[in-house]
Amino acid sequence: MKDRATFRIWRTQPGGGGGFRDYTTAVSDGMVVLDAVHRIQAEQAPDLAVRWNCKAGKCGSCSAEVNGRPRLMCMTRLNSIDLDAPVTVEPMRTFPPIKDLVTDVSWNFKVKKGVRKITPRKPDAPDGTYRVAQRDVDRVQEFRKCIECFLCQDVCHVLREHAKFDEFIGPRFFVYAAQLEMNPIDSADRVRDMKEKAGIGYCNITKCCTKVCPEHIHITDNAIIPLKERVVDRFYDPVTRLLHMLR
Amino acid sequence: MASATTYTYDVLVIGAGGAGLRAAIEAANSGVTVGLICKSLLGKAHTVMAEGGMAAAMGNNDDRDNWKVHFADTMRGGQYMNNWRMAEIHAKEAPDRVRELEGWGAVFDRTPDGRINQRNFGGHRYPRLAHVGDRTGLELIRTLQDHTVYLGATVHMEHTVIELMLDGGKAAGVVAYDRERGRFHLFAAKAIILATGGAGRAYKVTSNSWEGTGDGIGLAYRAGAELIDMEFVQFHPTGMVWPPSVRGLLVTEGVRGEGGVLKNSEGRRFMFDDIPDNYKPQTASDAEEGWRYTQGDKNARRPPELLTRDHVARCINREVKSGRGSPHGGVYLDIAWIKEKLPHAEEHIKRKLPSMYHQFKELADLDITKEPMEIGPTMHYMMGGIRVDGDSQMTTIPGLFAAGECASGINGANRLGGNSLSDLIVFGKRAGEFAAQYARGIGQPRLDESAAERAIKESLAAFERGSHGENPYSLQQDLQESMNNLVGIVRTEAEMQEALGKIQQFQERWTRVGIEGHREYHSGWHTALDLRNLLVVSEAITRSAIERKESRGGHFREDYPEKVAAFGTINMMVKQVPDRGMAVSRVPIPPMPDELKQVIEEQKT
Repeated sequence: MKDRATFRIWRTQPGGGGGFRDYTTAVSDGMVVLDAVHRIQAEQAPDLAVRWNCKAGKCGSCSAEVNGRPRLMCMTRLNSIDLDAPVTVEPMRTFPPIKDLVTDVSWNFKVKKGVRKITPRKPDAPDGTYRVAQRDVDRVQEFRKCIECFLCQDVCHVLREHAKFDEFIGPRFFVYAAQLEMNPIDSADRVRDMKEKAGIGYCNITKCCTKVCPEHIHITDNAIIPLKERVVDRFYDPVTRLLHMLR
Repeated sequence: MASATTYTYDVLVIGAGGAGLRAAIEAANSGVTVGLICKSLLGKAHTVMAEGGMAAAMGNNDDRDNWKVHFADTMRGGQYMNNWRMAEIHAKEAPDRVRELEGWGAVFDRTPDGRINQRNFGGHRYPRLAHVGDRTGLELIRTLQDHTVYLGATVHMEHTVIELMLDGGKAAGVVAYDRERGRFHLFAAKAIILATGGAGRAYKVTSNSWEGTGDGIGLAYRAGAELIDMEFVQFHPTGMVWPPSVRGLLVTEGVRGEGGVLKNSEGRRFMFDDIPDNYKPQTASDAEEGWRYTQGDKNARRPPELLTRDHVARCINREVKSGRGSPHGGVYLDIAWIKEKLPHAEEHIKRKLPSMYHQFKELADLDITKEPMEIGPTMHYMMGGIRVDGDSQMTTIPGLFAAGECASGINGANRLGGNSLSDLIVFGKRAGEFAAQYARGIGQPRLDESAAERAIKESLAAFERGSHGENPYSLQQDLQESMNNLVGIVRTEAEMQEALGKIQQFQERWTRVGIEGHREYHSGWHTALDLRNLLVVSEAITRSAIERKESRGGHFREDYPEKVAAFGTINMMVKQVPDRGMAVSRVPIPPMPDELKQVIEEQKT
């Protein structure tokens, strides 16, 4: 491995706008992109803004676009990228910039509040115990691995290209809704909301979200498509519609 | 004040990890107004990194378990330095706190009969840790976070508190800045709950995230609160040692719970060589019995790898220092060997320890189902912290409460794995409940705006010194280096005196820290401000550790390697004395009621 590499990092201007600036720094075996950014911060650019917490791929804070791909900086090893050319590091482009690599992701927190919360059924024992089989929660647990890095939101063209922030909740919150819908102790119904409020129809299953998920959640196949099927069954299936009309 | 906006709440919670969120939920449910300040985005706090599980004597996997066994385990693990009232409350209330999480959306792993599955962990007699694979912390924080946002608590994300303000000796409010713009905000509150977690960032090798800078401990200390047990620092035996950039990153005890064994470079399972007398009756006599224990055999005793963390960490330290370590200065932790015992071992490991598999694969290019991991001790947890009342979690300052890692008492000289997540929900709830009760009983306190003005001015001084001042990052690195080398796992008087001298130099250097640029999201500035708390914590650890001239739990002294009975009845207490700085004194541990003594006696066999 080379012992120095150049990182082309996005820096914002105080008044708005920004541009790339090159920083060359020492690199070594086993380093990740976030290490390089930290080294640059400590030695060359103390005011460089970067959001991070755990540095272990568990908190989902250090999302960015490395050489144009949405990644967690802490899980992107330098030996997995080409260091002969400058490595570009820029913020997630779907969200408004705050400073340098930090973006304003507050929209996501607002959207979550709009998803109908869990409504638990009565426990199976007076002490609050629920009896639930492991096979009935395997899928739910897959969804609950989500670390809320919002890379799936960043890459989704409905948000990124078409800016449907008011009509579409994005892959992260389909996963969130799906884990509630499939939780065996939940008794709420979110199917109408998926169609009317969440804009699930906008998703045309390009699976970009699945590809960038650092937790390898099958977002499209396991969460979005089953939710779409529930919407179709309820609202578009001729037999069901007839039954609804007769009732 | 022109420079600051003001918010007013009945209860203000500082910190949004497990304890802070649980406190906010309880306070909000009781009908008072609640503000929640967190240093990061919601859901990113260090709790998210907890892996193994939360300890609660539900008895789902072994019906011999109950609160008495859990209480006795916690006290034994803490070398009887614990606040016994907290250990009792914790053992009794943890099962309800865990079960209620399911109604809020948590989805735990299940037993074959559909109940919450519980796993073995070091120092726990029976399988006791409710868990979700090896990402239990994520499950806890997400559940509490999602529950909180529907309750009407106001969340102030990416805000850092720099000063705690009192009114007539009682908690009155805080001064904070927001990261995004670097603006200052005043928060007035009748009751304040500190839930700021630990201070791992005082050490070079730590499992803690950047936020662990001892903010609550520093704020409380400067406001005049008492700290106790600061000498008891937990070094987790198994942190990653390679690559260097992740040195210290946690490798869950769950690996050993699932049958992982520790070996030195000679291939020897060295943990069998040194088993403390008080644990001998509960420890396996050979490898075969240890393996059976990890597979749920109720007649087997636990393998020595699952002895308490302080002991295991010291054994690893000894192997490395004796030249029997691995190439990168650790020892080997081997889970791959279980393929000799289990069919489909590879799949089994991936299912039981998914994050560990992922972590080593992605960060170290190592497949844990095939090769042993290299691990070594890492600073993990502060047993010490702010002194609180066992029932209410109120500190020695009226209206100021503390819960979770920043508070002290439940763990004594050494914490058992799994007791931290349950601590957060048991005492987070209590802090929320009693803070709300306290807030309902008093009027609105008055904020001293000139004190706030002073605090703000002080926090901006580093900008005036500009780039000619001390580099905050270098100062932090020097502090971490000193604490790691001089006040680490094995301590001596001479080294700690040296550390104390250095800390005084660091404090002096801190007054010269300089930075340039704007206040918006300025990491250098944040580091400079965090350092003030890290310096308080480092000094408190060092001074307390010098005073405790014995070895006990997380505190091991080469010059006093034995336990001393006289130190078994006192806690070290640290307090700021006007014009004299930091003072350490000894406070007697209150005598334990007879019924609790009896519980401990019953569990000794």
